[in-house]
Formats: sequence, C-alpha cells, structure tokens
Amino acid sequence: MNELPAGITRERGLHLLTEMLRIRQFEGRCAELYSAGRIRGFLHLYDGEEAVAVGVMQVLGKGDSIVSTYREHGHAIARGIAMGPLMAELYGKRTGCSGGRGGSMHIFDAATRFYGGNAIVGGGLPLAVGIGLAEKMRGGRGVAACFFGEGAAAEGEFHESLNLAALWKLPVLFLCENNLYAMGTALARSESQTDIHAKAAAYGVRAVAVDGMDVFAVEAATHGAADFARAGKGPTLIEFRTYRFRAHSMFDAQLYRDKAEVEEWRRHGPVISLTTRLKAAGLMTEDDFQRIQGEADAEVKAAVDFAEQSEWEPVEDLTRHVYAEVSAP
Amino acid sequence: MTTGTGTVITYREAMKQAIREALASDPRVFVMGEDVGKYGGCYAVTKGLLDEFGEERIRDTPLSESAFVGAGVGAAVAGMRPIVEIMTVNFSLLAADQIVNSAATLSHMSGGQFHVPLVIRMATGAGRQLAAQHSHSLECWYAHVPGLRVVEPATIDDARGVLRPALACPDPVLIFEPNSLYNMEGELTGAAATADLSTARVRREGKDVTLVTYGASLWRCMAAAEQLAAGGVEAEVVDLRSLRPLDDATILASVRRTRRVVIVDEGWRTGGLAAEVAMRVVEQGFYDLDAPIGRVCSEEVPIPYPKHLEDAALPSVERIVTAVRRTMGDAE
Ligand SMILES: Cc1ncc(C[n+]2csc(CCOP(=O)(O)OP(=O)(O)O)c2C)c(N)n1
Repeated sequence: MNELPAGITRERGLHLLTEMLRIRQFEGRCAELYSAGRIRGFLHLYDGEEAVAVGVMQVLGKGDSIVSTYREHGHAIARGIAMGPLMAELYGKRTGCSGGRGGSMHIFDAATRFYGGNAIVGGGLPLAVGIGLAEKMRGGRGVAACFFGEGAAAEGEFHESLNLAALWKLPVLFLCENNLYAMGTALARSESQTDIHAKAAAYGVRAVAVDGMDVFAVEAATHGAADFARAGKGPTLIEFRTYRFRAHSMFDAQLYRDKAEVEEWRRHGPVISLTTRLKAAGLMTEDDFQRIQGEADAEVKAAVDFAEQSEWEPVEDLTRHVYAEVSAP
Repeated sequence: MTTGTGTVITYREAMKQAIREALASDPRVFVMGEDVGKYGGCYAVTKGLLDEFGEERIRDTPLSESAFVGAGVGAAVAGMRPIVEIMTVNFSLLAADQIVNSAATLSHMSGGQFHVPLVIRMATGAGRQLAAQHSHSLECWYAHVPGLRVVEPATIDDARGVLRPALACPDPVLIFEPNSLYNMEGELTGAAATADLSTARVRREGKDVTLVTYGASLWRCMAAAEQLAAGGVEAEVVDLRSLRPLDDATILASVRRTRRVVIVDEGWRTGGLAAEVAMRVVEQGFYDLDAPIGRVCSEEVPIPYPKHLEDAALPSVERIVTAVRRTMGDAE
C-alpha cells in the first residue's frame, strides 16, 4: 500500500474520506431505491472509483467546468451539487438538478459548471474541447475537465478531440477512468494498445497514468494537468487505473469476470485504503470513521426525504425546454 | 425453414433462432457488434452464440460504431454476409456516415458493379425510462434514404422470419427491433416462412377505419381496436413491416374499404413516416376518403425520463382511440 504523502493533516485526511463516503453512502442507497422502483431507467454506480472524482475535484475551482458520463453521481457530489436535488433528479421530480428531465444519466448543474452526464460513449469529449476553446478565446483561466471510461478511447470522438485540443493548445483535462471493462468487454478484448495514456503521444498530448485508487495520487496528477493547462500549454490526458466493484448497470449479471477478481480489487479499494492509512498514521480512529459515515447517512436520508416529498412536474409542461425560454444572453 | 410452428417463444428468442439458423447454414454469415459475444448482447439476443459458433463468427467489437459498421459494409462488398448489431438506433448516429454515405450508395456509385449484402440490426423505441439519448425512434431517417431497405418486425413470426430474406438480399437491410417487444411472447404460426422485405400485413380486419402503424405501436393499435370495437367501431390494423419500400397497395386497399385512416407512429410528427404514408394516401386515394387523415405520433420533445412524462410523449391507446373517434366525426 502507498504511504500517506508527507504533510497530510488529520483535517485533510478526514475531508477526503468524508467526500468519498458521501458518494459511497449515497449510491448504496440508490441501489436500494432502484430495487424498490423509486429510481428507474438505467442506473450506473461509481462504487470503487470514488477516489478519482474526489481527488480531481480538490483541484478544480469555481471557474472550471466539468463534462461527465452516465456514471456521474460521484463527480456531481464531489463537485458540490447538493444531494437533495441530485436524488430528486434520480427520482425524476421537478426539484431535480435537471428539472427531473434527465434522470441518473443526465445530471446537469449550471451553478457548478457541470455540463452534464452524457450517455453517448465518447460524446462528452468534443463538448469539453469546445468549452476549453471558449475559455481560451475569452482569455479565461478556467479548464474543462472531461471524464470518460476507457471504452470511449475506441471511439473516433476520442481521437478527434485529442488532436483538436492539442492542435489548438486548449485547456482541457481528459480524465480517463480506466476500470478495465466497458460493459462486458474487457480492455484487452477491445484495444490493441491497452495503455490508454500511450495513445495520447500520437497527438502530442501530455499524458500520465496514475493509481486511481489513491486519492492523493489522483489529486497530484490533476494538479499537474491543471497547472499545465492554465499556463496555456494545452491538454493532458490522465489515465486513472481503477475498478468498478458493482455491475455495469442494474441489468448486468457480470458473467464476464470472476468474483475473485472483484474481491481482490475491493481489498485495495479507495475507501478502505485511505481508512487504513489514516488509522495507521494515527490521524483517525474507528469512532471518527463511524461518525463520518453516520453523517453521510443522515445527509443521504435528508436527500431521499426531499426527493420523496417533491412534486412531479405537471404533464401540461411536457414540451417545455425543447427550446430556450429566455433570449440569448 | 424449421420454425417450430406452434411453440411459444419470446421475440428475443425468435431473433436468436433466426441468427443461429443463418450462422449454421451459411459460412459467410458472421455477427459483430458491441458486447454481442461474452456479454451475450445488450438485449441478450445473441446470448450463447459465442459458445456455439466461436470468436471468429461472433465478434465482440470495441466501442467504435463507425468502424465496425463500415467494416460490415466492406466485408459485405467483399463477399461475406455480416450481421452487424448496433445497440440502439441512437448510437447508430455515430455510424450514420457509413450507413448513408457508403452502404446506401456503393451499388449506385459503382454503376451496379458492387453490392452491399449487409444486415444491420438495432434496437429502437421508448418505454423504459431511458431518457433522451436512449429512447428515440429514428427509423424514418433511414427510410428516407434510397439504397437502404428498412424493416421493423413487430410479431414473433416476423422476428423469426425476416432475417432470411434480409441476408438473401443483395442490398443493405436495416432491421429495427423495438426494445419493448423483446420479452413479448407469442406462438410461431408458420407465417415466419413467408416474411419478406416489402409487404405490409393486415393484422386485424375492420370496416370503419384503418390504423396504419409499425413496430411497438402495432400492439397499442390492436388494444385501441379492441376498445373501439366495444363501442361499435371496427378498426382495421395495417402493420407496415417494411418502412422502405412502403407497401402502398396494401395501405390503399384497406383505405378504400374503410374510407378513413389514422396513422400511428412512434417517431416525431414533423417530417415523419406518418406524413409520408398520409401523402401517399392523398396522392392515390384522395377521392376514397370520407374524413381528414389523422396522425398519432410522439410529441415533439426529446423523451423525458419521468414515467408520466414519457408516457405522455408517446402514442398511447387512449390517444389512438381519441384520434379515431375524431376521424369518425364524433364530437369530442
Ligand atoms: C456510442 C455508444 N455506444 C454504446 C453505448 C452503450 N454503452 C453504454 S456504457 C458502455 C460501456 C462504456 O464503457 P467505458 O467507456 O469504459 O465506461 P464505464 O461504463 O466502464 O464507466 C456501453 C457500451 C453508448 N451509451 N454509447
């Protein structure tokens, strides 16, 4: 197991763990609510990948933008979208952060510059390039951070986006969450070059690969990428090596991988590894852990209550939001 | 064809039997697409085929719609008989270039020297709360394109039967499979052997009004016809089956009998298939009509996630019944 980096305070360690546990507890409840029929459609859980969202979001500021996928609850929570509107969105209620129209796969939040869960694999990358372009043309300092799975690296949009962002030196962070499976397809069954970060070299894109289970490594790599982008030097691709502990979505019997493999990854999952390290360093006790988990559970419960009590949008509003309801800013 | 007449199977199983039969009877046939092998297909249509036919013929592809659909075009031109699966019609847009600019044009551009005997299967339609990037019915976009053939089996027999003529056809054939029908069960009647790529079928006879439809909406129309019958209105239901070419003769023959028509189409109204069918009725049967043509289509909105809004966006039995009553001249 990795050592704790030097200079990590108790406060810092507990903060990172809190953020990860908020995601973990939120999604544990989501799985139950899905079985209970409160959440419908497709539900993709982030279980196992929390260190990536949390580590990345430590670096991003208010002026930065995020583009995500259908597996985006973790990104949304770590970005600071309140759990109540997030859960209400999963219910499809009008108080949801996308007004209930999107559901689990389409979380949007203008206030935090969260440009959506995109459920077309690879579909978010060109958007991030455009957001980076707008930022550069307006002389801003913001970066566009784009999450996607390793499966997306096979899409043309991945390659076209890397080239364009590099060509124009755009402030884009290509954040690949390599969890080794695209639905039921293992990486080696779909890529001739299984080192995703190696692909970036062909486009002259700066690239690194890091342990996505280690929140500190994630944070450090993101820092490097953001600094590079803010200095006007262009995009970086970061390959986060991670794993999804649960099914691809709620409809997946997982016949394509061994239970033993999943158990092995769970043993060095992001929450357990941070917990163990903080305890070993004497920065945290079991009581601290229980308290943090309890607080996260309470926050989730309040979010569920909010979603339950929220109203449905009236059917008369069906065709709203197809076109803008405001004049161009 | 051994279709197991009399047995009750699901739509999914019917498709699978057809694919298995094709693989077993023609060594040129192979299947490729995302998660068709190890995973068994995102709608489990190809489950078990990898074990039976091996990796050479059941090929898992990367997430590269444009490349593997285009590769299907190339393999077909070069003498193979690929069955390419695209998970849903929404994702087919990443391959639209290969379908529209290559598959549909090679025969013509080459002056008839090359042909593209390619089958592309994809799921379509809403009803499972999958929201605005997984629920659309874009069949009519492909039905717009000369050079393509477009079919949408809505019954167990058609699901079982349509692949054989599709593979035998020298042109590219798109098979749309309504995802809400995969679990539907029904009996194989032997009609599978008569499936083709160009004719519509009358699924229910009636003398008062014709409902023209296709895909999952067939079953909404059948339910609406039952309700209407209880109120004394006998609706005839025409299942288009082939969206390109359209079977004008069957549609017009029905309209001449009933003199009234309502078209039910899960696609959006503007510029949709319903408009095309209506125009053909007007062109060829205007003087046979006793009432304006009615249309029931999806509302002009990307499919929203919440159930009540999704339901409201789609053609429902209730909306079909209301449209028929209006056509019959009933006061609302
Ligand atoms: C263009 C497109 N093709 C196929 C799909 C269906 N699909 C959804 S997620 C997924 C797997 C993606 O894997 P990856 O990019 O590695 O991300 P992960 O789900 O592992 O986070 C597939 C095939 C889709 N949504 N969009």
